Amino acid sequence: MSEAEYEALSLSLQVALRSVICSLPLAVAVAWLLTRRRFSGRALLDAFVHLPMVLPPVMIGYVLLLLFGVRGPIGHWLYAHFGIRTAFTTAGAALATAVMAFPLMVRTIRLALENVDRGLEEAARTLGAGPLDRFLSVTLPLMAPGILAGAVTAFVASLGEFGAVITFAGDIPGQTRTLPIALYAALQAPDGGAAAARIAALSFALGLAGLFAAELLARSLRRRLGR
Amino acid sequence: MLNARLQLRRGEFTIDARFNAPAPGITALFGRSGAGKSTLMHLLAGLTRPDAGAIGLDGECFYDSERGIDVPAQARGIGYVFQDLRLFPHLGVGGNLEYGLRRASRRRGARLEFARVVALLGLEALLARRTWQLSGGERQRVALGRALLAQPRLLLLDEPLSAIDAARRHELLPYFERLRDELALPMILVTHRFDDVVRLATHVVLLEAGRVLGQGDLPSVSLRSEMRGLLGPDGIGAVVEGCVDSVDAGAGLASVRVGTGRLLVPSEGLRTGEVLRMQLLARDLILATAPPQGLSVRNQLHAVVTGLQREPHHHVLVSVDAGGAALLARVTEAAARELQLRERQEIWVLVKAVSLRSQQQ
Repeated sequence: MSEAEYEALSLSLQVALRSVICSLPLAVAVAWLLTRRRFSGRALLDAFVHLPMVLPPVMIGYVLLLLFGVRGPIGHWLYAHFGIRTAFTTAGAALATAVMAFPLMVRTIRLALENVDRGLEEAARTLGAGPLDRFLSVTLPLMAPGILAGAVTAFVASLGEFGAVITFAGDIPGQTRTLPIALYAALQAPDGGAAAARIAALSFALGLAGLFAAELLARSLRRRLGR
Repeated sequence: MLNARLQLRRGEFTIDARFNAPAPGITALFGRSGAGKSTLMHLLAGLTRPDAGAIGLDGECFYDSERGIDVPAQARGIGYVFQDLRLFPHLGVGGNLEYGLRRASRRRGARLEFARVVALLGLEALLARRTWQLSGGERQRVALGRALLAQPRLLLLDEPLSAIDAARRHELLPYFERLRDELALPMILVTHRFDDVVRLATHVVLLEAGRVLGQGDLPSVSLRSEMRGLLGPDGIGAVVEGCVDSVDAGAGLASVRVGTGRLLVPSEGLRTGEVLRMQLLARDLILATAPPQGLSVRNQLHAVVTGLQREPHHHVLVSVDAGGAALLARVTEAAARELQLRERQEIWVLVKAVSLRSQQQ
């Protein structure tokens, strides 16, 4: 493995980790809203969350560029107040993968929340637990296997995100050149065949390992819950 | 004392109930399944909001639709042992027990200590277990302990004995009796089994289709005509309470004072001075207009007829007063005619059998 490939690997892991850590609390909140709250605009929120699954990733990258580019409304504000730039940075790559993996994460967490026995929350109520207390001490622990599964699946999916990342964050070695982008770059180079094969094999092993790890973790958590 | 007046409408089903539960003691909500017993419990606990009504416990108001009071369930201090128990699977037995305790001691301080409840319910050996490693009876005790440790001022028990087999029932009943007798904690027990009522209840509320048919102490409720619908024609009978006068272990018999008379019952487990509660089924009583002689039936009570009520299938239900103890006897119409039964007539009551009995404190 060359140094550039090693760099792409470590960058991919970094980007995926940042993306999952930042979007996880939001995904739990959205899953909770969609499952437990009845409000007008719920169907709209549901559709909006799922958009990245059905739209071309390049288009998502383009929309991000419009919003978060230095001249975009959010990007301009971030830069003017905090000096933060997202477009064409590692943070931007994480943002793009987070948006793309978000629906996957919300769906898994939502499924876990729907499986939480409301009766147990009622029991917690009669034992003196208020709404937030109940959520933290009963609902969240019972959802934990699902949250974990959602996070790991999103992590693995983030490792492979290509279209949105290259559109929004570009192909900057050491900053935004993640594994799939490195793979694409290798394929474009005249003598990149061997490198491309190595990166492809690496991506394959990573994805497989991630999915196995998710299954093992979820199984051990379920065992703790006696299921 | 709990005072409740509750109205709720859910589609075809309506609840319109008004009842009291004296404290301390166990109040049984007795009725067939579907009578609205569990819904009433949810309303009391604050898990379901009634359409109208009021709930007060010892002068404190939890709910009053007119005054706009609705204390949330978590602030009511009403313990609830659910029919399906609802132990937290992500916590061990110890974690379940401490769940309510920790929250209650933060708020009001703990009156019932952990060690006392663990000893009372025999939970020492279970503390380190996970909840799925428990048997049915053990789960029941853990759920009970968890509710008690939340320091409730009223404990709701929803069919606590229905989910377990007969052998486990006998294991569990003494725990409930201990709670009733050792803790000055008012409890409401939902049940569809009359033997649970006889064994545990100090006060009874009869429920049918969301309405209260009657309430009071068990001996007086047992005489009500509505009991026929709840227990079936062969299940009706007066419940009487009497003090154990003497125990003759040699003969295996104990003498129990009922009204002005005495009944001899098997002495097994009885001590002098105890109060014994017995159900005497109407079909197990025989009436005689003269003191009977030469019979194998030893139990005779001298009584006065207080009422006659025609029943289906040519039967007559005769109410009698045996020196303060009210009893019900069923005779055929033909027999009633031949004996010329009428009110205020003196009569002898022969008791063939005592169907249910339980020792009271």
